[in-house]
Amino acid sequence: MSIQRHLNALNDTLAKRSQIRQEYPDLSQHNNHMAKVLTLEMYANLRDKQTPSGFTVDDVIQTGVDNPGHPFIMTVGCVAGDEETYEVFKDLLDPIIEDRHGGYKPTDKHKTDLNPDNLQGGDDLDPNYVLSSRVRTGRSIRGFCLPPHCSRGERRAIEGLSVEALGALDGDLKGKYYALKDMTEEEQQQLIDDHFLFDKPVSPLLLASGMARDWPDGRGIWHNDNKTFLVWVNEEDHLRVISMQKGGNMKEVFTRFCTGLTKIEELFKEKGHEFMWNEHLGYVLTCPSNLGTGLRGGVHVKLPNLSKHEKFGEILKRLRLQKRGTGGVDTAAVGGIFDISNADRLGFSEVELVQMVVDGVKLLVEMEKRLEAGQSINDLMPEQK
Amino acid sequence: MASSFARILSSKRKVGIWSLVGAGSLTVGFFLNREQHVNAGAHVRRIYPASAEYPDLRKHNNCMASHLTPAVYAKLCDKTTPNGYTLDLAIQTGVDNPGHPFIKTVGMVAGDEESYEVFADIFNSVIRERHNGYDPCNMKHPTDLDSSKIRGGQFDEKYVLSSRVRTGRSIRGLSLPPACTRAERREVERVVIDALAGLKGDLAGKYYSLTLMNEQEQQQLIDDHFLFDKPVSPLLTCAGMARDWPDARGIWHNNEKTFLVWVNEEDHTRVISMEKGGNMKRVFERFCRGLQEVERLIQEKGWEFMWNERLGYILTCPSNLGTGLRAGVHVTLPRLSKDPRFPKILDNLRLQKRGTGGVDTAAVGNTFDISNLDRLGQSEVQLVQTVIDGVNYLIECEKKLERGQDVKIPAPISQFK
Repeated sequence: MSIQRHLNALNDTLAKRSQIRQEYPDLSQHNNHMAKVLTLEMYANLRDKQTPSGFTVDDVIQTGVDNPGHPFIMTVGCVAGDEETYEVFKDLLDPIIEDRHGGYKPTDKHKTDLNPDNLQGGDDLDPNYVLSSRVRTGRSIRGFCLPPHCSRGERRAIEGLSVEALGALDGDLKGKYYALKDMTEEEQQQLIDDHFLFDKPVSPLLLASGMARDWPDGRGIWHNDNKTFLVWVNEEDHLRVISMQKGGNMKEVFTRFCTGLTKIEELFKEKGHEFMWNEHLGYVLTCPSNLGTGLRGGVHVKLPNLSKHEKFGEILKRLRLQKRGTGGVDTAAVGGIFDISNADRLGFSEVELVQMVVDGVKLLVEMEKRLEAGQSINDLMPEQK
Repeated sequence: MASSFARILSSKRKVGIWSLVGAGSLTVGFFLNREQHVNAGAHVRRIYPASAEYPDLRKHNNCMASHLTPAVYAKLCDKTTPNGYTLDLAIQTGVDNPGHPFIKTVGMVAGDEESYEVFADIFNSVIRERHNGYDPCNMKHPTDLDSSKIRGGQFDEKYVLSSRVRTGRSIRGLSLPPACTRAERREVERVVIDALAGLKGDLAGKYYSLTLMNEQEQQQLIDDHFLFDKPVSPLLTCAGMARDWPDARGIWHNNEKTFLVWVNEEDHTRVISMEKGGNMKRVFERFCRGLQEVERLIQEKGWEFMWNERLGYILTCPSNLGTGLRAGVHVTLPRLSKDPRFPKILDNLRLQKRGTGGVDTAAVGNTFDISNLDRLGQSEVQLVQTVIDGVNYLIECEKKLERGQDVKIPAPISQFK
């Protein structure tokens, strides 16, 4: 009888093993952070887990399985469905976070600093070169599932709470909400002309994770009357918060950013809600690449000469900056105008990151002027930050 | 459900893993492990009332939106199939794709065989609308794959360029493409290609896995017009059937290139019999023979197709229930196609026209894809006979117009025989 039981247990284990192998994704053609990290062993250990809202490892990795990636561009390949994802699936996400965020360890602490007074300078970037300045981040409302996983009811609740909070902003932050499904043709055209309107995602990276479900239900755009402070509701995150204006006064942009965010957070707290945040990961967002500050601070800047310089890439790398086209991520630069922003998100505070942008862009413009005048830039080469 | 697990058990006997294990509880656990967050048959964990979750369908024009009232939603939203498939999952494609004022899509899919039972309140309404009044509650669907009953079926090849019959089949006990896990999908592939390997004579052929095919094989399949690609239609991608692409997808065809099986595209299998020219009778004969052979081969291993007498063969999309059969020809009708009565003639013959690229494509030159409109409520033999009789009538019309004679709109043929 006991031999039978042993044999049953053995078959049990073998069967489970065989089943796990059958479920384990084929990642042989893949090049993303998830594929680098997710071994069969790890998958086997994580398959039995789920977050309290029912998000599973298969849910986490679906986007990475469906999008093998590109040999040159390393995508993350994972998303979170709720705050607990980062805890329950830490075996998978910690090494991904470490790889993506420059060696950030599971024991590291992230510093949050939204005091704009700590930013040095930043009010005098040359507007002949710096055409516009912008800072964005994201925020998630604690207790709700994130866009890949939320139900329609949750998404609508998030919209409702956000619209209520934003509705209480006043002064230069006073503004209006435009729900995607209710906006009139005129409103839509105006938002397009202002470059504010966001559309249903088309990137398979986003679609495969399920964040475009039920579009455009529960989605909308809020902006202040001055059109310098903008909030996206229920796009890739619960909230994306953007402060922007023409010209090079990054200090003003960052000040409004911090003031606005702090006010919104207070308004949420008055209603008993808070943002997802912890001292290890900072602000918690859908994509692991946006953890920490979730902050991308940048400018549209004219660098026709510098961008052709053989050391352009190296300079940006040392300054901890990245370049994008003027349409944002995965677009090309038009007419020598680049979007230059911080490369980091986690492990540096908001002030530190914007400082890097301010100091870095100042140097890039100086280099551009030198090259315009036919002079060398060798003495300006920066150290690795 | 237990009986299907027992079949799965017996199929694994060869591998030896299962030989000492008792049936029942372990295998149930084997499959329940898959859906952790939803216990089989249990209710869905819900934070918001149904009214807060009910989708906004005001701008929608699809069958699901026409019939999913708040009351029906409230009744069904907490239910799940034994595999954990929910109403929200079934309707996601219809919520995400509001539809077109002229083209009414179905707007929902099944994740497994049980979906059609658990969510019968919405599926039955959708089926009645889509299948022209066929009522699953009080009608039976006839299945007939006896090709010897076909009369005629050799078209005038001056007009008919090619003939084709397709259907789908699902393997009972495994979830359908919107809901299947990678393991289930791979199991479907294994079961099907195992059976296809047993085909002989003019049906003997070879399997080309999408993940493993080399460049030459790929090019050959493209040249033969056999290769299918990852779906791009949001109707399909929103339903989740393109997950994990191209894992466990592939194409099998016989050496003569007249019998073709798609594995794990929109259904577990799509089976196609085709050839150049107008010999629809032979195409259908091969179709029936091939299908019956495959069925026999999977039954030898303890598997069967999803089928019941209410709904016939069970497939992912409700539009393909019953026979799942589309029998058609590529036919040139230069004069008739310009006649304003053409649509009405087709309609009365229970035929539809498509472009030569298939659904949602335009006709090239004067060549049309003409096929049966109906799928459910008539047998395979009846539907193919309808196509044969109808296409013959169209050719007669074309010939009349060639001779300067007039044509007549035929009387509408009755639907449920």
